[in-house]
Amino acid sequence: MEKIATILLAGGLGCFALSVVVEGVLPITHLSKIPYKKLEEIAPEASLDFKDLARRYPAEFKQYYGEANGASFREALKLGRDMYIAEACWHCHSQFVRPVSNEDGRFGKVSYAGEYMNEMFLPHLFGTRRVGPDLIRESGRHSNDWHVAHLYDPTIVVPSSVMPKYSWFFEGEVPNKKGMAVITYVQWLGSWATPEVIAREERQASAEAK
Amino acid sequence: MTTATATATTPQADAGPLVERPIVKAHIIAGFSFFFLSLFAGLFYALQLSRLYPFPGVQLLSPGRLRMVHTNAIAYGFLLNNFMAALYWIVPRLTGQKVLSKKLSWLVFGAWQLIIGGAMLGIIGGKAQGIEWGETPTFVDPFVVLGAALLIANVATPILRIRARKLYVTLWYFGAMMVWMPLTYIMGNFVPQYFVPGAGGAAVTGLYIHDLVGLTVTPLGWGMMYYFVPVILKKPVWSHTLSLVGFWGLAFFYPLNGVHHFFYSPIPMYAQYGAVMSTIAVEIVVFTVIVNFFVTLRGKGDMLRTSLPIRWFYTGMVMYFITCLQCAFQTTLTFQRLIHFTDWVVAHAHLVMFGVFSFWIIGMVVYLWPKLTGFAWWSERLNHLNYWFSTIGLLVMFLDLTIAGVVQGYLWQNLAPWERSLTASMPFWHLRTIAGLLIISGQLMQVYNMWMTARGHSGAAEPAAGEPIAAAS
Repeated sequence: MEKIATILLAGGLGCFALSVVVEGVLPITHLSKIPYKKLEEIAPEASLDFKDLARRYPAEFKQYYGEANGASFREALKLGRDMYIAEACWHCHSQFVRPVSNEDGRFGKVSYAGEYMNEMFLPHLFGTRRVGPDLIRESGRHSNDWHVAHLYDPTIVVPSSVMPKYSWFFEGEVPNKKGMAVITYVQWLGSWATPEVIAREERQASAEAK
Repeated sequence: MTTATATATTPQADAGPLVERPIVKAHIIAGFSFFFLSLFAGLFYALQLSRLYPFPGVQLLSPGRLRMVHTNAIAYGFLLNNFMAALYWIVPRLTGQKVLSKKLSWLVFGAWQLIIGGAMLGIIGGKAQGIEWGETPTFVDPFVVLGAALLIANVATPILRIRARKLYVTLWYFGAMMVWMPLTYIMGNFVPQYFVPGAGGAAVTGLYIHDLVGLTVTPLGWGMMYYFVPVILKKPVWSHTLSLVGFWGLAFFYPLNGVHHFFYSPIPMYAQYGAVMSTIAVEIVVFTVIVNFFVTLRGKGDMLRTSLPIRWFYTGMVMYFITCLQCAFQTTLTFQRLIHFTDWVVAHAHLVMFGVFSFWIIGMVVYLWPKLTGFAWWSERLNHLNYWFSTIGLLVMFLDLTIAGVVQGYLWQNLAPWERSLTASMPFWHLRTIAGLLIISGQLMQVYNMWMTARGHSGAAEPAAGEPIAAAS
């Protein structure tokens, strides 16, 4: 029996190890050439959407986050991502744009490895199903007001929506700390690859080329 | 135990004292409890998509959270509990050895229900983890590993104790599962969560999603089939060699498939191409297994009609063949453009998790329950009705969601407004809810029948322990 047990153990481990090396370790090694960034590096200061929330709901915002600065923004981003995971938003909204099926036409720039190499994608939230649209290019697509209405009752802004209501993200009709965090997070998704940012980078690149 | 298993080891004629029957029964009961949790969570989620959700705005019953209950309860609650029942029934019979410790069996039983129950509460309470099929909260993960380790120590001992120069294929599958299951779980729940971000983490998650099915559920399922089918048919499996070809083929090719869950993502393309090739290779391996089982049935085909467990098992095998044939096509990048992210994939997942593994488990319960309770089935008719309700319900759901997937895929590709894909899906989602209700009705009949049988409401007394009985013939 020792012989069979050894074959089983070695064979089982061997096959498993082979798969992990070929389909896991190799891709990870290649991708690790892209530097990993901490949250402070990718979100040094508050986003415009975050500051906009502070203006719209001054009393509530002050109570939840104090000033709209880098630190409170990062706090909101992390909390927003945690809520996004807790409510399993990622089961119906993917976070990568494929280079096929006209997805760049619908959502925007095709996803690239570098944009995921930071603290916010640990764990990654690629998702495998779209009931609703992809969200990795969501930044700036809708206003904060739209998101508030949409979280409160999605059918207000999208009559045929099948998304649930998230009333526990609200205090009355004003988003609470979690609600503001989710909106901040979703508005942040893809803020590094909006059409404006891409156009600016292209202008800079061509200016440097001259 | 009959001589029909034709194992290399010699099972004892009287296996009674070997098998701790109450633990088998307890795992089946616990498994079916989680089954209903999962079924109703799935039903509620389906109602949400039909825009008929009964509890809108209730935080603890949010459809998003219930979806995670649906998948995790079926995988860890229903399937694994019943597979543990199968392990406690089969391993002692094939080895002629008891499990390590009866106390340990009960400890693992209790611990597992607490762990999975805790995971369900954690998910409902908003503590889920962002890993597909691994939404069990991070604080539960170490306990799952511990529970699995104890289970493995318990059931690996009899296999290691026997002196044999050949091992029956069931034990190959079970043994390999014991190597793979902890590694798979640790890899999937810890690596993308704490160590590897983004696309690299996605590659690992892909491996995890696939290995959980391929290296834990599938080996347990096929191990079960290689045991129960020959026992009930009273003839050995056609080819021992072919069964081992199937085993090693699965061992080699299956783990390489994982990345096919994230095609056209920023994962390096060579990993994606590798996943395409190995997924197609798995289909060839699966073909050898299916051929082996269908040749085994030769001369006993009548039992598909007369023996309900055999019918559940072989229906599941046909579904398995369809699932894997589907895999070979849908894993190609051409198909992926259209069907990825759509309900096609959901249809595929239900075909394999319900149509194959749940069917096998129900078949096993139809066979085992009279032996465990000591009473023949209260109602043969309800057993047959559940077969038809489940089969028709599943086929309707599968075809319905598959077509829905194609419709969604084309609407997205054609850049129709997103809402068009929702309104177009609506009739399909309504039909899916109805199909789900059919499936649930079937399972309600099953448990009612189990309840009445266990309470002794049956005409015939149980034949001698270990003999195939009326329900199976």
